[in-house]
This record gives sequence, structure tokens and C-alpha cells, in this order.
Amino acid sequence: MARITAGIATSHVPLLGVAADQGKSGDEYFSPIFAGYEWSREWLAENLPDVIVLVYNDHASAFDMKIIPTFAIGCGESYAPADEGWGPRPVPDVEGHPDLAWHIAQSLILDEFDMTIINEMDVDHGLTVPLTMLFGAPDKWPCKVIPLAVNVVTYPPPSGNRCWALGEAIARAVDSFPEDLDVQVWGTGGMSHQLQGPRAGLINPEWDNMFLDGLVGDTDKLRHIPHIEYLRETGSEGIEMVMWLIMRGALGRETRALHRHYHVPCSNTAIGHIVLEPVDGTVPPSTTIEGNNSAAKA
Amino acid sequence: MSGPKDIHTYLAEFDDIPGTRVFTAARARKGYHLNQFAMSLMKAENRDRFRADEKAYLDEWKLSDEVKAAVLARDYNALLDLGGNVYFLSKLFSTDGISFAEAVSTMTDMDFPAYREMMNRGGRSPEGLRSIREKR
Repeated sequence: MARITAGIATSHVPLLGVAADQGKSGDEYFSPIFAGYEWSREWLAENLPDVIVLVYNDHASAFDMKIIPTFAIGCGESYAPADEGWGPRPVPDVEGHPDLAWHIAQSLILDEFDMTIINEMDVDHGLTVPLTMLFGAPDKWPCKVIPLAVNVVTYPPPSGNRCWALGEAIARAVDSFPEDLDVQVWGTGGMSHQLQGPRAGLINPEWDNMFLDGLVGDTDKLRHIPHIEYLRETGSEGIEMVMWLIMRGALGRETRALHRHYHVPCSNTAIGHIVLEPVDGTVPPSTTIEGNNSAAKA
Repeated sequence: MSGPKDIHTYLAEFDDIPGTRVFTAARARKGYHLNQFAMSLMKAENRDRFRADEKAYLDEWKLSDEVKAAVLARDYNALLDLGGNVYFLSKLFSTDGISFAEAVSTMTDMDFPAYREMMNRGGRSPEGLRSIREKR
């Protein structure tokens, strides 16, 4: 059976991709950021999963304003790095895992999460920067990746509560996949940042660290934070952190932190990074298939 | 951690955040063609055509004179008011060859060196910038 072995959350600032691609990761500006990932890289090399479900958001790369899926899952064979206006990043294509991805997609839909399915798309820095931060610059990414794109650009994005519940549903889906696979779930984006308007540049280390604290242990209080609190406390783009809650939900009732790192600034953004493993990976059972339970019928 | 209880309160709260334009459905509607124009700059040949004659390129899109003028002036706060979203407008940043941080700084009351300095010192504090109504 497939199992969820760990979760990682990390910011996905595009400048980090530029720094890595141009060999600047040892610079005075960037080295404290990259140093914060060293432990995780070593740990990951020892604890390599077969597949990563990588939760991220597209930044007007694969999706424009024509179609705005709230939750979309990549079921394709592979994904090329997107040209975000500067030419595509010189990183390998991302190899998917269509069998597991389609299984998760089917399972989620029957579990009443109405997913959009993507067979072809390019992936932008939201997905490739986390891979770079955790794997460096290999010729080929060392495991398969299932992209899970979340709309956090056009309001309203999904609620934190819904994201957490989606994570739990992903855990159920992985658990029912018959192949023997180690799966990690990564949540990306954040932490506090605002990229627009006169309030641009907002950073809130106190709030960010409260959020990092809340990912650890058996509390689920983060799922109840309303959008307005993210906006007020963490800037207009801090809402990306709801994607971390999909990761956290997928890890079950209780987690332990193996590594944690926080650094300000990277460009306009607070960088946060945490590695979690499940202590009690239990998630609530879904008694529903096609809404066939008493709660759904009530 | 209690949030708004209905959609009207939910949306109204966004106007209470200082110096911030939340990309609501209303802005997404208003800025649809602006954002799609910006998106077109993802293609190298479109960037070249735009650079060669910005006005002529803009005339190919369903944009008001106000939007066209704001694009030509790179007035990003005006473009946010006209429904632009920063991830779409960033295609204009890359077409101009300026960094995201530099473009962002033009929306503040600082020049780029001062903005960069603020970021290097830990960024802008949320103190006093959370709520207009509650002055916190």
C-alpha cells in the first residue's frame, strides 16, 4: 500500500530560482537562505519518497484569466518548466505519476472534492523553486511529482478549513492505492509578503512563527484562520499559506517537526521552511462515496 | 479567529485594509482584458511587437483609454485600480527587464533603493497597517 511518510512546507520565491540558476546561492545575500535548506537536503537524500504531491499555485503561467480552477491535479506524464517572461528555467522536466495521480483524482471526486484534471501544462516557479531548494541542480529530479495547483490569486481562494480537509482526503486516497509507494506532500508559497499597492513589503515574523508553531503537534487551530486575517497580518500574498494546510491535513492527527528555518528577506518575501513527519497519521474516515451518507443526505 | 459570517461582510472587510487592493471578482471582471493583454507578453514575439510600438499593440486589445494610458505610464497603482493583478502585470515587468522588487517599489512612497533597504532591515511592519477602521 502507498503511505504518506513526511510533509515539507517551503516558500517558493522566484528569485531563489534565479539565484540557483546563476550560481549565486553562496552570495552574502542568499547563503543564509540556502543554508537553511542544507539539513533538509541531506535528510531528503536519505528519505527519498517515490512520489511528491506538490501543492503550489500557478502565477499566470499555465493558467490565465480564461479558466480559474480552485483545485487542479496534474495527471500527465511530464511537465516542462514554464517561460515566465524571461525564458524557461534551465531545470529538468518534471516527471508525473499518472497512475497515482488519477487514483487520487478519482478518489477525491468520489470523496466530494470536485477536482479539475490537468493532462498537459507547463509548471512555473511555484513548483520548480521548491524542487531546486530541496534537491539542488540534478540532471533529473530524483522522484516523481504530482502537481496540485490551488487558486490563491483570484478571490475567494479556498478556505483554510477546506484545504485541511482536502489534505485529509489526499491521505485517504494515498492509503487506498495498492502499490507500495512512499509519498510526501509538500505545501509551498508564503510566508508573509505583499507585492502590490502602497503597503507592499509587509513582513510579519511574529505571525509567521505562530503559523509555523501551529503546524506541529496535535492542534488543528490553523484551519480556522479566516482569509481576512491572512490579508491583514501577512500581506496580500500571504494567503498562499493556505496551501501549507493541505500538506498539514494530509499528515493526520499529530506531527513532529524535524527541521525549521525562517529568514527575512528574500526579495519582497519572508522565507519559511519546515519538515514534518506524522506521529499519528490518522485522518477521519470518509463514509461517503458519491455523497452516500447520512450527513450528505440531511 | 472568527471570520465574517456572510459574503457581503466578507467582501466589505477587504476595503478596510490600508494600501491594498484585494483581487476580488469585481476587479477580475473589470481587469479581464488588461490581464489578458499582460498575459500575451509571455510570448517573445508579442514582447517584441509591444516594444516596437506600445500604443499600436495596446490598440489591438479591448482596453479603455484610461487603461492604455496607465500601461504606457507604467502606473501600477492605477492599473491595480483598473483590475490589474500583479502576477499578470509582472509580464510587463519582465518585458521592461526590471525586477519584481523594483516594480513593486514603484507602488509605494519609496524609491527602489529605499524600498530595498527597508526589506533588508526586515520589511514593513504590519503595525498600524492592519485596519483603517480599527487603527491598528
